[in-house]
Amino acid sequence: MDSEITLRVDGRRETLSVDTRTTLLDALRERLGVTSPKKGCDHGQCGACTVLLDGRRATSCLTFAVANDDSEVVTAEGLAEEDEPHPVQRALLDNDGFQCGYCTPGQVCSAVGMLDEAKSGWPSYVTEDLDESVELDEDEIRERMSGNLCRCGAYANIVTAIREAAE
Amino acid sequence: MTGATRATSQGPERVEGRAKVTGTAPYAFEYPVTDPLYLHPLRAGIARGRIASIDTAAAERVDGVHTVLTHHNADALNPVGDPELAVLQSDGIDFRGQLVGAVVAETPEIAAHAAGLVDIRYERLPHDSEFRDDANIVYTPDADASPMLSPDLERGDVDTALAEATHTVDVTYTTPPEHHNPIEPHAVIATWDDDGLTLHDSNQGSHLVRDLLAPLVGLDKERISVIAPHVGGAFGSKGMPHGHVALTVLAARRTAGRPVKCALSRTQMFELVGYRPPTRQRVRLGADSDGRLTATEHDSLEQTSRFKQYAEQSASASREMYASPNRRVTNRLAALDVPAPTWMRAPGEASGMYALESAVDELAVRSGIDPIDLRLRNEPEVAPVSGLPFSSRNLVACLRQGAERFGWHERDPRPGTRREGDWFVGTGVAAASFPSLLFPGSLATIRHESDGKYRVEIGAADIGTGARTALTQLAAEGLEVPFEAVELRLGSTEQPNAGLAGGSAGTASWGSTVVDAVRAFRAEHGSDPGEGVETTAGAAGNPDLGKYAMNAYGAQFAEVRVHADTGEVRVPRMLGVFAAGRIVNPRTAHSQFLGGMTMGISMALHEHSVVDERFGHVVNHDLAGYHIASNADVGSIEVSWVDEHDPHVNPVGAKGIGEVGIVGTAAAVGNAAHHATGVRVRELPLTPDKFLR
Amino acid sequence: MKPFDYQRATDADSAIATVSRDPEARYIGGGTNLVDHMKLGITEPGKLVDITRLPYDSVESLPDGRVRIGATVRNSDLAAEPVIRQRYPVLAQALLSGASGQLRNLATTGGNLLQRTRCSYFQDVTTPCNKREPGSGCSALEGWNRHHAVLGASERCVATHPSDMAVALAALDADVLVAGPDGQRTVPVTELHRLPGDEPEQDTVLRHGELVTAVELPSLPFAVRSRYRKVRDRASYAFALVSVAAAVEVTDGDITDARIAFGGLAHKPWRATAAERALHGAPATEEAFRAAADAELAEAETLRDNEFKVPMTRNTLASVLRELTQQEGS
Ligand SMILES: Cc1cc2nc3c(=O)[nH]c(=O)nc-3n(C[C@H](O)[C@H](O)[C@H](O)COP(=O)(O)OP(=O)(O)OC[C@H]3O[C@@H](n4cnc5c(N)ncnc54)[C@H](O)[C@@H]3O)c2cc1C
Ligand code: SF4
Ligand code: FES
Ligand code: FES
Repeated sequence: MDSEITLRVDGRRETLSVDTRTTLLDALRERLGVTSPKKGCDHGQCGACTVLLDGRRATSCLTFAVANDDSEVVTAEGLAEEDEPHPVQRALLDNDGFQCGYCTPGQVCSAVGMLDEAKSGWPSYVTEDLDESVELDEDEIRERMSGNLCRCGAYANIVTAIREAAE
Repeated sequence: MTGATRATSQGPERVEGRAKVTGTAPYAFEYPVTDPLYLHPLRAGIARGRIASIDTAAAERVDGVHTVLTHHNADALNPVGDPELAVLQSDGIDFRGQLVGAVVAETPEIAAHAAGLVDIRYERLPHDSEFRDDANIVYTPDADASPMLSPDLERGDVDTALAEATHTVDVTYTTPPEHHNPIEPHAVIATWDDDGLTLHDSNQGSHLVRDLLAPLVGLDKERISVIAPHVGGAFGSKGMPHGHVALTVLAARRTAGRPVKCALSRTQMFELVGYRPPTRQRVRLGADSDGRLTATEHDSLEQTSRFKQYAEQSASASREMYASPNRRVTNRLAALDVPAPTWMRAPGEASGMYALESAVDELAVRSGIDPIDLRLRNEPEVAPVSGLPFSSRNLVACLRQGAERFGWHERDPRPGTRREGDWFVGTGVAAASFPSLLFPGSLATIRHESDGKYRVEIGAADIGTGARTALTQLAAEGLEVPFEAVELRLGSTEQPNAGLAGGSAGTASWGSTVVDAVRAFRAEHGSDPGEGVETTAGAAGNPDLGKYAMNAYGAQFAEVRVHADTGEVRVPRMLGVFAAGRIVNPRTAHSQFLGGMTMGISMALHEHSVVDERFGHVVNHDLAGYHIASNADVGSIEVSWVDEHDPHVNPVGAKGIGEVGIVGTAAAVGNAAHHATGVRVRELPLTPDKFLR
Repeated sequence: MKPFDYQRATDADSAIATVSRDPEARYIGGGTNLVDHMKLGITEPGKLVDITRLPYDSVESLPDGRVRIGATVRNSDLAAEPVIRQRYPVLAQALLSGASGQLRNLATTGGNLLQRTRCSYFQDVTTPCNKREPGSGCSALEGWNRHHAVLGASERCVATHPSDMAVALAALDADVLVAGPDGQRTVPVTELHRLPGDEPEQDTVLRHGELVTAVELPSLPFAVRSRYRKVRDRASYAFALVSVAAAVEVTDGDITDARIAFGGLAHKPWRATAAERALHGAPATEEAFRAAADAELAEAETLRDNEFKVPMTRNTLASVLRELTQQEGS
């Protein structure tokens, strides 16, 4: 069954008719040709499909496109300016925080969303004192970024990069 | 705790870095193609037998279904010696999850839905999927089954030496099946039109894919092009084309030129693209009172599949590692009704060195000799079995420098004595080695463009190793032009033939090719070449091949914490020191070592494909069930290397770095866990239940 | 996945009417469990009613000291809510231990409670499973059952409930507010999920069409000292092998009140009443903690791969209680 929806994707307004079964991820990749968010597992288990959905990081493979009518989607592609990558992207480049690059756009969106969450004072499972404001040390970054698997094993460099970008 | 050392000050940034961090670098499934169809594979629901009937009518009735392929209507393929590629050629079933058909439809949703409507009935035969030491399934592989080495080796008199040794160790280690799980699933887009066959494919070597497919489908090589400039991880699983490529090609033959897209699901990747076989390894060591090895025995049993042999040789890790006058190595296979295993990052060494280096640690504990000291005492002068000199061997330097950096000498050797809060703390060490291979036969084209740039073309693959960047560097260096003046193209059969990205041989093999091609270009066209001139050349053979034993080495150090109540295991700190010849790009090399060590931590703590013998499948066949290390599992990792100049190994002087980083990691972690707790776990992975008290 | 109709609910009554009327209709919250199951072919709804725009997206402190959590409040927002962090740290920690940041941003309170087991055989439609296909058999009973139940299981099903949040809610004695075609009712969270018995296909006591509208927490002042501890095979982004939610009140070195629940052990979040009774009035000592665990685990029945859960639970409970009572002392 098809349904007409409107999305804002990386600042562009897109109106499209989708099968209700189409996930947000597949709508982006297969319908709109926006392939910056990646499909690694299609079941919420890897984080490669992470985008910023109405400003918050979200796995786009476990939500139907129809459920996101009128939403704003920002991908790693949309985070970069014409000539200048986003500070998180710049830091990943500086620290070689990726290898094959397939998990990377998801890491980027996740990091950007995560930094925002930390700025709003959100705790994590490793936050010692839930009443205190959050200090984003390495253990905090590791825990908060654990929803993005990287099989190439770039974690250590990703953490260094995010620390740099957070400064 | 601090993060990895920043080794990124040196070496250029990845050429494709911008495209990767923004997600605009296209991977196989992402090529914009016109009017594609989507393929959803059908998989066998039994482990052995045949298809009695397959009813596709309901699927065919679904709006938007283009074709349902089965063994009844699939075109014949020519035999090419790889049973994995012979898809839909009969009704026979050799393993659960085998490809038995495909639905091709207008959208992925329709294809998936219709695939669920195909009714397959089977005639079952009894199957055997239980890995064990049982004469009914165990055999010795032919020497020619493993092109590198014969499976067995015997020198001296091991039994007498063991009987007479002052210290002995006789231990059995097991490692489970492990799946590569690159984050990019295996994917291909096949277009078969008047121009021939075009594949956008995720692989480790486009020429190899083409060369295997050409005879399979009966097309001239020239009519097939395979394109793979970006590959989202591979680790061996994309080395050989697997059944889904043949299946997609079969489908593309029937779509009148419309491209057919196929990406495997994560679960299908547990069935169709290989895995590291489980092993059961017995290691016996005998040493004199000074800790000098008098006997080394390593017997390994590993799994293969009945329908396609894969002969891994984990015991061969003990052939050349340490001096030992008496030595026995045996490798055996157990053949089962399971999917075929394949190479996975450091095949043989990862499992084999885990067992050997854990056993050496046990010998250290038993003899009261420091584990580093013990290794130093057994350092061979020349390669033990072949008697060849080493082209270079700096294991000692790795161990010594590592000990210094890691603070090894402050260590109290008694296990189970250090506790911080709720955590037992321990440290461990292990050695690593990996052969330096060179794949011959690659060619590179160097061309001087009208804009003054040099275009270098080689059909190599960059699976995340940084090959594109390192080869650009080597070309610029050879041409004596700035890095920016070289434009490197790789990843496709449009470029000259190049070998596989495997065996950590990429930079060495392709690099040697580029270096020699550059020389040939300069020889032909001089230092001021005209516009548009070009030279295609390959690497001259290495005259030192066969005259030296060539390996990369490393020393792995780990700090491990084990929770006193829950048994949870953490690795807050690791150090790897490597000796791998010339490091072409420190930035990307650092990442390769780091990645190997991280995968090693993952192997040590998490990875285990659990087989349910009743069905013959991997039960935990997704990324929630099959754990790979998450960010929180990896603490600080320091990577460094010793300066090593090796004039023999190849023209570049570079040894492989992609695999040695995983070797020894699991042993170092296990040894540290023993030091922390006094509990010796001989069965990977080191899950919390194994440390409960 | 078969084609389905999608509707975005604008008011609860018509949403309830729509779903109640149509046996093939289902509510959808964040979708992180339901979409997964639809892809796997575990369930095939003909109609989805999206409830995320219903006005259940806030956390309110009620005048009587209770706290009401709307059913569509996202897991991440709930964990960040000051009143939860201050008064019910066990709940914040349980939420934060679950899934990943990007999933918690989607997952809702109602959906989290009603998520289904992660039993590998349940999730694989090619293997027999009584929960998915009543009468087909339980593959886990004699298969891979590392993650399966040691308490309250049956021959028909040995699955565990995967939610962390629900374990904290069980310890806190929360209530679930439910609206159905026949009006509203309140179900204590400890009675929401069932034991498998002969009907493992029934996860909960809810009837088709009933909508979870909110969860209410009692005031429970001593919950300010509460903790959630999750033991798993990976440091993060993994389901619990065993988890413990606990809140204790200590007066003069003796335990005067305790709330304890276990995760990973049963078909439902396991409220450890026997352990609570054993602790009541006991001194805050290691022996007392272990005796309490043993009291609860006396009935445990282990399977091939999950024997470790008994000592692991005992140790984890002792560890959590030690920490909470030391915290109290200092
Ligand atoms: C990779 C992965 C890892 C995870 N790890 C964890 C973990 O460690 N711990 C943990 O606790 N959870 C974990 N989860 C599960 C996750 O927490 C749940 O998927 C999520 O909480 C479900 O919420 P939802 O809103 O997305 O539910 P949905 O998928 O929308 O719904 C789930 C079910 O509840 C029903 N439903 C939803 N809302 C209502 C309502 N208000 N009234 C009546 N019925 C309703 C739906 O019909 C459906 O049957 C994980 C999930 C994934 C994918
Ligand atoms: S444990 Fe329950 S859910 Fe798992 S296979 Fe058995 S019946 Fe199905
Ligand atoms: S593709 Fe969405 S989490 Fe893996
Ligand atoms: S860079 Fe390859 S998976 Fe992360």
